[in-house]
Amino acid sequence: MNWDIILSTTLKAAIGVETVWYALAAIGINIHFGYTGLLNFGQSAFLAVAGYGLAVTVTVIGLPFWIGIGVGLVAAVLLAFLLGIPTLRLRADYLAIVTIAAAEIVRLIFRSVEFKSVFGGSDGRRGFSQGFYEINPYAEGTYGFWPLSFNEREMWVLTVGWVLIAIACLIVFLLMKSPWGRVLKAIREDEDAVRSLGKNVFSYKMQSLILGGVLGCLGGFVYGLATGSVQPDIFGTETTFFAYTIVILGGAARVFGPVVGASIFWVLLVLVNGLLSGAVQSGVITFMDITQVGPFRFLLVGLGLILLLVYRPQGIFGDKRELAINAR
Amino acid sequence: MRRAVIAFTAFLGGLILLLTVPAHAAAPEQSLRGTLTFQGQPVNGVKIVVTTESGQPVQEVTSNAQGTWEVPIEEPGQYKVTLDAATLPQNMAIRGGNNQRAPTVYEGNPTTVLFALQAKAADGAATPDEGGGSAFWQRAAQLTFEGFNLGLIIALAALGLSLIYGTTGLTNFAHGELVTLGALLAYLVNVPFGLHIIPAAVIAVMLAGGIGYAQDRFFWGQLRRRGTGIIAAMIVSIGVALFMRYLFLILFGGETQAYAQYNAQAGLQLGPISATPKNLISMGIELIVLIAVGFALLRTRTGKAARAVADNPALAASSGINVDRIIRIIWTGGGAIAALAGVMLGLSQNLKFTMGQELLLLIFAGVTLGGLGTAFGALIGSIIVGLFIQVSTLWIPPELKNVGALAVLILVLLFRPQGILGRRERIG
Amino acid sequence: MHAETATDRKAAALAAFKDLPHEPGVAKPDPILVVDNVVRRFGGLTAVDVGHVEVQRGSITALIGPNGAGKTTFFNQLTGFDTADSGEWTFNGRKMNGVPAHKVARAGMVRTFQLTKALSRLTVLENMRLGAQGQKGENFWRALIPGSWRGQEDRITARADELLARFKLDAKREDFAGSLSGGQRKLLEMARALMVEPELVMLDEPMAGVNPALTQSLLGHVKDLREQGMSVLFVEHDMDMVRDISDWVIVMAQGAVIAEGPPDTIMSDQRVIDAYLGAHHDAPLSESELEEQLHEAEDALEAEIQEESK
Repeated sequence: MNWDIILSTTLKAAIGVETVWYALAAIGINIHFGYTGLLNFGQSAFLAVAGYGLAVTVTVIGLPFWIGIGVGLVAAVLLAFLLGIPTLRLRADYLAIVTIAAAEIVRLIFRSVEFKSVFGGSDGRRGFSQGFYEINPYAEGTYGFWPLSFNEREMWVLTVGWVLIAIACLIVFLLMKSPWGRVLKAIREDEDAVRSLGKNVFSYKMQSLILGGVLGCLGGFVYGLATGSVQPDIFGTETTFFAYTIVILGGAARVFGPVVGASIFWVLLVLVNGLLSGAVQSGVITFMDITQVGPFRFLLVGLGLILLLVYRPQGIFGDKRELAINAR
Repeated sequence: MRRAVIAFTAFLGGLILLLTVPAHAAAPEQSLRGTLTFQGQPVNGVKIVVTTESGQPVQEVTSNAQGTWEVPIEEPGQYKVTLDAATLPQNMAIRGGNNQRAPTVYEGNPTTVLFALQAKAADGAATPDEGGGSAFWQRAAQLTFEGFNLGLIIALAALGLSLIYGTTGLTNFAHGELVTLGALLAYLVNVPFGLHIIPAAVIAVMLAGGIGYAQDRFFWGQLRRRGTGIIAAMIVSIGVALFMRYLFLILFGGETQAYAQYNAQAGLQLGPISATPKNLISMGIELIVLIAVGFALLRTRTGKAARAVADNPALAASSGINVDRIIRIIWTGGGAIAALAGVMLGLSQNLKFTMGQELLLLIFAGVTLGGLGTAFGALIGSIIVGLFIQVSTLWIPPELKNVGALAVLILVLLFRPQGILGRRERIG
Repeated sequence: MHAETATDRKAAALAAFKDLPHEPGVAKPDPILVVDNVVRRFGGLTAVDVGHVEVQRGSITALIGPNGAGKTTFFNQLTGFDTADSGEWTFNGRKMNGVPAHKVARAGMVRTFQLTKALSRLTVLENMRLGAQGQKGENFWRALIPGSWRGQEDRITARADELLARFKLDAKREDFAGSLSGGQRKLLEMARALMVEPELVMLDEPMAGVNPALTQSLLGHVKDLREQGMSVLFVEHDMDMVRDISDWVIVMAQGAVIAEGPPDTIMSDQRVIDAYLGAHHDAPLSESELEEQLHEAEDALEAEIQEESK
């Protein structure tokens, strides 16, 4: 077994690109679900419209990179309105079904042959990240030290990604300490009570949906820019489910919960992958072949999600008394 | 309820056994294919030429003894398919006269190209005019039939989901995996063990019922006892769905498979509709099972108790109904009929580890459309969803048919959030 | 504790009611709430059908009636938590039908709930602060700049602490509301409603599920509301309590207002006795009457289930 590689990939996963974009998606879900109690199962659609907004603006229309970012953000806000207006008056489980359906609609349209000339079908779009790397301040070369070393492109994506995470966390921190955040948390507890105290619950839910959608959609940009491409199937429902797992892992309704959760999630995934692949190749494990290692990791994600909800719903660092997701 | 399901499944088995159709090898990833029949008999030796949209030749094939032909396709997209009318037997002609079709091939799916054959008009006798209008209606009739078929499968799966929701408040995201489970269990008994699909289906349905029972006995029932909230339980069900889905992937692999029997059947022409015998028999079974379950819900003690629990668990418990027992029966029955839906889906399409997952949103659509928690609402809602999906392909590309159904789901929730049969109560 | 002023306010309220006829829908000298023709149906069942009713300013008015009379549904209509099928009502002369719940509260008409809605995983203090109106920090953009709302928050906190002290919840200030006892939650809910600074406080069964020790304290607080110039409309089953604190009683049965009057005479009103005990309670019931009563009881039960399932 190659311990060097396992160690290096695992450490890289703690701060890597996957961690960054999943953390951003999870920060959005934390606002929706952790603080406001909105079961938005369509988070992947926010990432998708942002990523595609950027990609299509740059590659198909031929506009500059920054306008693409603008288009992506506007698309995320519009999606929040489209999702929110029909559903925010409904009960939580209806909201879950509608948002997951909406996310599937978005994905199916992006991957359709019908709109292939715009969205590129199942291959997606590539070649829109040039504008981003043109302003890369890192000179060509390798940065960091063993086992953490990155090339200049990775450094640039990670720098921007972690700055975005820091900003998002700061925003969440400030808001959730404020009376605005208090209203959200109260809505999570009992929206009728909040209504009886003169707060416009619908408006706050909408604000929450937009904020979580916009912060989450940054993950779509990061994914698109890091890989230089967007594909429809990256933004499927499982992405949303993994982000939920991350939120619960790190602790719902905690500012750094999603970030810590994302880090742990990817470290575990990469570590398990490394160990199992190594064990299979060196013949230690014989009941599995190498192609089954990948699915096995996600089977563990499912198992982990069940066990977390049952035994530690407050997350690994959470305090049971402050458990935000509840027993309603 | 379970006994009824098993009995009807066995009945289905008896019927299908009467038909003997040769097995057929599994299809490639994506392809163009078709079956040529004339008055119910296969037509062989007919030349079919497939070219790309721009006319680049792809392949030429001739139909085999079963009347079928198939051309594997590398790249999804538009193709031209031409039937060489000169190779048709003397007494036949293509209905409508046009011997060229321009189908679109979608990734991972075989696309069927239809050439309907009819008797060549005798000299002097006028061929009945098959204009654009009647072709449209013929297609509409065919799609209505297919939609009904799909709707029945969705309804089978939706019934369990709806009853479980009604009795326990659980929105079970793992219900799609119960459908997959049924299909794959039947495959396991059918292919590796070599048992015929009919007994295999019966065994699969029974096993799935048992697994449904065990799921409630050892898992969901325990969670209820711990007082797990419905939101938490919903997320747990996502965990269960992921777990089962990847377990299937590990055990079954990512490829599409087919059952050993009834792969390709010659179609029957029933008026404007062409259907395979397995379709008709499947639909018969589905209808019978649905009616039986409906009857059981309305007339038997257990069924009435189940509806009472769905209506108001606390009230039901205080009037002496053993709520836990009822919920367990519903899980058992729900698991069994979801499995039956899986087998039926596997017979009409192919088997894949994601087949149930892909059906899940349509099940949700059906259940929500009919009104969450009402069994009969789920039934009607599902059939509407199935019909809508298929018939909408008259106007929208088939790959987007699910988009239409899901969009309608959202619209319904906008204007009548309680669903078609739901009671008027505040759900916001 | 407010013996002197209490008698003044109470006397003033009683004086206003003194010469009123004891008829349903009687006009009050200075009504704060005027209701006309409010109808709410659930399927075939008419849960509320109130012709005309007025609530006097500065008084404590009780709304009583047998189970399933539609009291809570009526409350829900008035406060915007459920939409009436028809009818209109004014609060302080302002039309309130079709106004959403949060705007009703902002207008000064604040309600509590039969099943207390303490926000469990917020602290008692946060519960209180939430009630304050016009908070700058509840605007998204201002929330991001703590300096812009800190000053107001301090004033709100001071007011909340004052109320908590009055309701003897100050020791629980930092506890999660979920850790309070049932009675304490009722107190918190009432205190929180006062943070809104309402003119009319609508209490839905304030005594339900409260242990007897706390009942007296709660009663005192309700009386206190009147002393501070607020009007109170409350739903209650406990007739002792109604007699003790209310200045005027409105009786509902089968969705309609059937009688009004002062608390000491209302229970001897024949219409009220009929409503509570059935019209022919002194004569033996015929088979068909029994049947009819059974149906009525079932309907009432249905309506209640409907209400609860909301």
